[in-house]
Order: sequence, then C-alpha cells, then structure tokens
Amino acid sequence: MLQYAWVIPVLPFIGFWWIIFAGRRAPGQGAYVAIGAMLGAALLSVAAFIEVLRGARYDASVVWATVLNRPIEVGYQVDPLTSVMLLVVTVVGSLIFIYSIGYMQGDLRYPRFFAYMSLFASSMLLLVLGNNFLTLYAGWELVGLCSYLLIGFWFERPAAARASMKAFVTTRVGDLFMFLGILLIFLQLGTLNFNEIFSGVETGRLAGGLLTLAAVLVFGGAVGKSAQVPLHVWLPDAMEGPTPVSALIHAATMVAAGVYLVARAYPLFFGTPGHEALTVVAYIGGITAIMAATIGVVQDDIKRVMAYSTISQLGYMMMGLGVLGFTAGVFHLMTHAFFKALLFLAAGSVIHAMHTNDIKQMGGLAKIMPITYVTMVIGALALAGIPPFAGFWSKDEILLEAYHYDQVLYALGAAGAFLTAFYIFRMIIYTFTGSLRSHPAHPHESPRVMTVPLVILAFFSTVIGLAGAPWWDNPFHHFVRFEGAEGAAFDFEFALRSTAIAGLGVLSALVVYHWRLVSAASLRRAFGPLYIAVVHKYYWDELYQYAVIRPVVWAARRLRTFDVYVVDGAVNAIGVVFVWFSRLYRVFDLYVVDGVVNLVAWTAKTMGGVLRYGQTGRPQNYLLIIALGVIALVVVGVIR
Amino acid sequence: MHVGLTHYLVVSTILFCIGLYGVLTRRNAVAILMGIELMLNASNINLVAFNRYLAPGAVGGQTFALVIITLAACEAAVGLALVMAAYRSLETIHVDEINVMKW
Repeated sequence: MLQYAWVIPVLPFIGFWWIIFAGRRAPGQGAYVAIGAMLGAALLSVAAFIEVLRGARYDASVVWATVLNRPIEVGYQVDPLTSVMLLVVTVVGSLIFIYSIGYMQGDLRYPRFFAYMSLFASSMLLLVLGNNFLTLYAGWELVGLCSYLLIGFWFERPAAARASMKAFVTTRVGDLFMFLGILLIFLQLGTLNFNEIFSGVETGRLAGGLLTLAAVLVFGGAVGKSAQVPLHVWLPDAMEGPTPVSALIHAATMVAAGVYLVARAYPLFFGTPGHEALTVVAYIGGITAIMAATIGVVQDDIKRVMAYSTISQLGYMMMGLGVLGFTAGVFHLMTHAFFKALLFLAAGSVIHAMHTNDIKQMGGLAKIMPITYVTMVIGALALAGIPPFAGFWSKDEILLEAYHYDQVLYALGAAGAFLTAFYIFRMIIYTFTGSLRSHPAHPHESPRVMTVPLVILAFFSTVIGLAGAPWWDNPFHHFVRFEGAEGAAFDFEFALRSTAIAGLGVLSALVVYHWRLVSAASLRRAFGPLYIAVVHKYYWDELYQYAVIRPVVWAARRLRTFDVYVVDGAVNAIGVVFVWFSRLYRVFDLYVVDGVVNLVAWTAKTMGGVLRYGQTGRPQNYLLIIALGVIALVVVGVIR
Repeated sequence: MHVGLTHYLVVSTILFCIGLYGVLTRRNAVAILMGIELMLNASNINLVAFNRYLAPGAVGGQTFALVIITLAACEAAVGLALVMAAYRSLETIHVDEINVMKW
C-alpha cells in the first residue's frame, strides 16, 4: 500500500488549485476543501505509519531527465523518518487548519489563506517524501515560497512586506550553499538519490575534505531554513504573518525541514573524518540554542518570545543530531512540533482576544480564558522540559547525548534549558496572572473551533513524549534509529538533573515575576552590558546592516549610476543617431518617394483632365470628326 | 444626253453628302435615322451603277445592294425601337439631351 504514498501530497495540492479557482464559492469559502484534503492526507499518513511500523518500506524512482549522460531520477520513499514527518505535518497541519477557521474569520483574503496553506502542506509533504536531493530541493523551495507568501499575507502592513522579503532573501543565502553542496555531490557521484549517495560515501567514492565540504554546504541550507546562527534573523520578523502560519510554518514544520535535512542526509555528515561536519552542526546548534534563549528572556511581544524559543529549540535539535543523538534530534523535532504549535495557537487565541501582542499590556487572562490558559501552561511545561510532558523526554535525551559527547555543548544546552523554562514562564505570568493592564481591551475566550484544536494539541503535548520513555523499552528509539548513533541509554539521575534545571528556571520566573521577591529592574542593572546586548539581539541585524546591506546597497547604487550613465547613455546615443537618420529618411520619403508617386498620379490626372474635353458624349461630334478624317485622308490620297 | 457612270456617281455623292449633313446637324433622332437611310441608299446606287457599267454580266453588286436594303430595314426597325425606348424613359428624342451615359 505504501506505493500509493504519492497521494498524500497530491490531496492538498488539488485543494490548492480548487480554492484558487473557486475562491469564495468553494465549500466553506475554501476552508472545508483545505481541511478535507488535509484530513485525507492525515488518514493516509496514519495508514502509512502503521504500515511502516509493521516493517514495510518503499522506495521508487523514475528517470526525469538526462544531464551529461547521467540520468536524473525523481521518486519518493517511505521509511520511519519520513512516516514520522508525514504524521507530524498532517496531524498538526489539520488541527491548525481547523483553528484557522476561527482565527481568520472575516479576513479579506480568507480563501487565499487556505489555498496558500494547502500549497504549503503539499510542498512540505513532497519535501519529506522525496528519496533524492532533487525532489527534496523542489519541496524545499516551494515551502520557502509559501513561507514568503504567508509571512506577507497582510502585505498592506509594510512590516509584513519587509519581513517576507527578509525571510525569503535570508533563506536564499542558505539555499545557495545547499545548492552548491548538491552540485558537488552530483559532480562527484553522478546521482542525487539518497541511497546511492550514502553507498557512495560508504565505499569511499566521496570522502575526506570533499565530503566534509559537501556536508557543510548542505548544512548551509539547513542553517537558513531552520534559522540557525548566523541566518536566524528572519524568523522573529516572520511573526508578522498570521498566527496559524507562525504555528504551522515557523514553528512546527517548515523550520524543522532543516533538521529533517540533516537527519535525512545523516550518513553524509556521519561519514566525514572524525564526524567533523557533525561537530559543526552541534556547535551551530548549541550556540543558537543558548543565544536565542537569552534573547527570548527580554522580548515583550508574545509571538517574538515564541519565535526565539523556536530558534532555540531548533538549535537543540541540531545539537542533538550533531552529538550523535540521531534519535534524540528527530524525537525533539516531533515533540516540539506538537507543543510549539500548541503554544503558538494559544498565543494566537490570546492575541485574538486582546488585539495586541504586547504581554506587558495583558495580565489576568487566566480567569477569562481558562481553556487557553490551561493548554498554554501544558505547552509551556512541555517546552520547559518538566516530566511527564513531551519536551522533557526529548530535551533530556539531547542533553544526555551532549553530556557524553562534549561538556561545553552540555553546558550551553543546560544553560539554555534553564533560560527556556524562565522565559516561557515569564511570558505565562505576564499574560495570565495579576490583573489586566490594558483597560480598553475586552478579552473573551475564543470560539470552540479554536479551543478544540488547542485541547487536542495539549493532549498530544502531554503524551507524545511517552513514545520515548524507558518504561516500555523506548519504542521511538527502535523505530527511528541510525547505526552508530544510537545514543546513550536513559539515565535516571541525569533525568533528575534535567528536571531540576527546568524546575529552577520555572521557579526563578515565579520568584522574579510572580512573587516579585527580586525585582526585574535590579536584574537588569546587575546584568548591565549583557542585558543591553540581549535587548539588541546581539546586534545581528545591525551587523548585517553594516556588513552586508550597506555595502550591497552601496554597490547597487554605483552599479545603478553605471547603468544610468554608461549603459543607458550608450543605448540613448544609438537611439539619437537613429532618430537623426530617420529624420533624414523622412525628408527623402516626403520629397523623393512621395514626390514620384504623386507625380505619376498628377500626370495621369492632368492628362485625363485634358482629354476629357474630347469626350463630349455626342455621337454627332464623333461622326463629324470621322467624316473630317475621311475627307482629310481622301485629300491626302488625291494630292499624293 | 447620254447618262453614264459619272452621273450616277455624282447623284450618289450628293445623296451621301445630304445624308451625312442630316446625320451631323439634326438633333432629332428620327431625322438622324433618315440621314443614315439616305447614306445607305447612296451606297446602293454606287453598287448598282458599278455593277452595270464595269461588270455587266455579274450580279455581285446587285446582290450586295439587296443585302444593304435588308440591313437598312433592320437598322430602321432597331433604331426606331431605340428612339421609342429613349422617348419613353427620357421623354425626349433630341440626341444632345440624351447624355445619361456621359461620365
């Protein structure tokens, strides 16, 4: 049955075209089409997951084109990693689609929203189904396009338009590296098929420094897409898009594509000498995790807190993969998709009620929005890593792997875990406890179409982590695994320590923001310069402003000057010359060509005018001339 | 006085000139037709006279005269019919007033 897996991405694709063409005439103004297609895909994904669980695998290719006598194949495969991703994308996607009915109600471009979301879902599913770099890359760019379209969905707002551009261009920098990496692999091995590439790596046809280069270049794409340092700057701005978009694309699925890419191409990284490429991945991930977490502490925009949290958690996934914790990284990807989608949707519910993103203006919402409150706390506990919620199992595993691999990375991860718990509960406390600080607002609980997906996601966020629990022999580990990177066994003492770190973070947040034993202002003073650096997001945007944007704009201006004066000048000069030529030709035409034509006509007309006097129309005149002519002839004849 | 060929030819010429004069000067279409008849008869006299004086045994000239008489009759019939038609549609038989085919 797995050979029908191609239907999964096709369903939302059909939905996309249906909604694009039918618009508001589509069932539910497009919403029901999108949700129907997504639920269909979800059912098929569950079926595929069960098949894979029973041991079935599928991998098929067809030749798409031939380049340099090398066949380029496209195809799809279903294996444990793919089936997990399919499940995550379709299940989380379905819930977010349903939620969007409520959140997007009354929007000017309501059908288009669902069309874009369907296209995104289709592209993402294509990405995870591909069994070669070409299919993956096609999906990769399509999700980038959808991300662009959806971040800029409210393009009337200049900030949204700018953010969409920034996201597109920044990820494109990463994609360029990835494309170079793919090209390098293709030139070396002559194939884009994953399995053939991996066997090429195994047999040493691609090895040493070249392999490391290829792996790091491919990782460049993941850095861009998964918002890792130094290309993370687009993701916080991407929060300008509608909240369901942030939840689905910029938290649960698309940004995880980078992690998926590293996981999918794991043998490539694993085969590098001394796991060099994996070390790069681990350190990029570790630095991202701690850096984004510190910024998250000082954000006041509820969605930006989440955005930095997402960057940080993606850093954890990368770190997990980098420290030979293949399963841990993928596991965190899965749990994160559920609890971060939950957090985002809950945040969307809050924004829907408050019409503001600023947590300093909120407060006391716990009583007004109990369902949102409870589900969001569950999400926060999962994110913070408090057992038994989902995030604990995966994050603990990553930290455990890091601990056994590299103490520096472990320290980064542990500090990040503390900060994660701290910032998420800071946000919860600001939003839900105390009293409402913005008096004009009249918050209310969101409609059921929004709260039900929250409850379902909260349920998943609670239980999904148990798939990696040690009590029943850690089933996730047996399902998604990589030979050589199995990871360490569950360590109870270590888990206790992780829990203590997370608990300490929650406790600190309560101390500072709820009980106010230590004032936030004194903390700000105590951290002085660090606080200022963090508030300015470590000056990344400023750095890019001065190091990249200014020089590029400067060069562009110079080139523009060159264009205006030299290229345009040359073109205009040629134009002027030809204008003069044509003026000359015009004179020639007017007086010579037209003159000849007119002369001919004039001659004919004049002759006609003269001769017409002979044509009197009286036969007697003619007869007279004939008679005179005869007489003349006779006279001439007689005289001769 | 002996009447010879020359006399016939003079009569014939006079008759022809009268006919031609009539054709050229009359405005009335019927008068023009009558002029044409005169010219035809002048040529008939010529033919018969030549036949009689130059080739007395032959009948070619007389036969030709008969043909022309027939032709004159036809011509008169057609010409008068045309005059009638012109009169009906244009209410005139003055040739200088019949100028609808002039450009």
